[in-house]
Amino acid sequence: MSSSDQQEPHAVQPVQVLYCQICTFPPEYCEFGSSLTRCKEWLNEAHPRLHEKYYSDEALQSKLGTLSLEAQAKLEKETAKKEAKAEAKADAALKKKMASQVSIKRIERNKRKFVTAIHGLEAFDIELKKAAKFLAQRFATGASVTKNVQGQDEIVVQGDVSDDVLELIESNAGIFKGVPAANVELVEEKKKKTTE
Amino acid sequence: MFKKFSSSTDIASQTPPKSSVQRSIRAGVLAQWQIEPETLEQIWPKKESLIHVKCREHISIYTINGEPLFFQHFDGPFYPALRLLHKYPFILPKVGIDRGAIRFLLSGAHMMCPGLTSPGGYLPPPESGIPAGAVVAIHAEGKEHAVAVGTLKLSTEEMRKINKGVGVEIATHLGDDLWAIQTL
Repeated sequence: MSSSDQQEPHAVQPVQVLYCQICTFPPEYCEFGSSLTRCKEWLNEAHPRLHEKYYSDEALQSKLGTLSLEAQAKLEKETAKKEAKAEAKADAALKKKMASQVSIKRIERNKRKFVTAIHGLEAFDIELKKAAKFLAQRFATGASVTKNVQGQDEIVVQGDVSDDVLELIESNAGIFKGVPAANVELVEEKKKKTTE
Repeated sequence: MFKKFSSSTDIASQTPPKSSVQRSIRAGVLAQWQIEPETLEQIWPKKESLIHVKCREHISIYTINGEPLFFQHFDGPFYPALRLLHKYPFILPKVGIDRGAIRFLLSGAHMMCPGLTSPGGYLPPPESGIPAGAVVAIHAEGKEHAVAVGTLKLSTEEMRKINKGVGVEIATHLGDDLWAIQTL
């Protein structure tokens, strides 16, 4: 259906908003995010005119606007601190990710029946539900995502497939793309599991 | 309202509502916001049906093609998602806040009157004052795009006179969890 009326202006076109790739805010708000230096770099490369507009000297002068001098200095100090803190946090998270293990446990259910529990895939950005489904399909058994005693999510696969899973993960097949082979380990455990 | 919101844990269900409900939502949106039917048609074509995402605490988010468009608490007023507001800034009346208040707003605080009445803030003149309880877009001094969407707790006139306490209750702001979720 045509969207024009007789004389009235028809549908207003949306404003095309540019969002910073680094912090997802509109570029004018990058200073309130925690990655100002990176945002400025990106903006300079991708949209130099806008970078001029927001970060040129006159722009910065006019922005000082209604804030007093000491308020301005304090604001700068706080943003620098926040940025440093965010960087430290990101670094710590990355390190933790590198150090985290994916552990594969074989747990006894009955005398001759086992289940395989896979821990720690979350740290590698793997969607657990999808991974569980994938595994269930591969091994033609049931697989599910459950919370274990510590409150972490784990994938539980029926049957003793621990070696196969190990191979799968190491070969980075399908959904297990991001996991480095060194971080996977096989753990033996004798545990009576009542639920699965 | 979206201080701690993650799509994996806080969403209860996602269903398309009945067409009678959709029609009433469409009528509500047209009545509450300053939007033309043709423009709404662009955002939400007649043929398409919304998806009603139910979240905890009776918050309902309405999405099209996975993109959140607007939300409401209980059966209250409709708040547009910030991304929608950026695309169509005229749909809500504006108030402006002082530059120094921006960082507090972005960490989730509500808007206090002094941030609106100080020299950096902007309140519409008395002839076009906004009553209490209205949904407004909050712009920041010197910025082009809205920072947040909120409800006025006091009318703009009262804010000028009283100038104390909460002025605008913030429903969503730049960088909150609703902003982070780009598709639902």
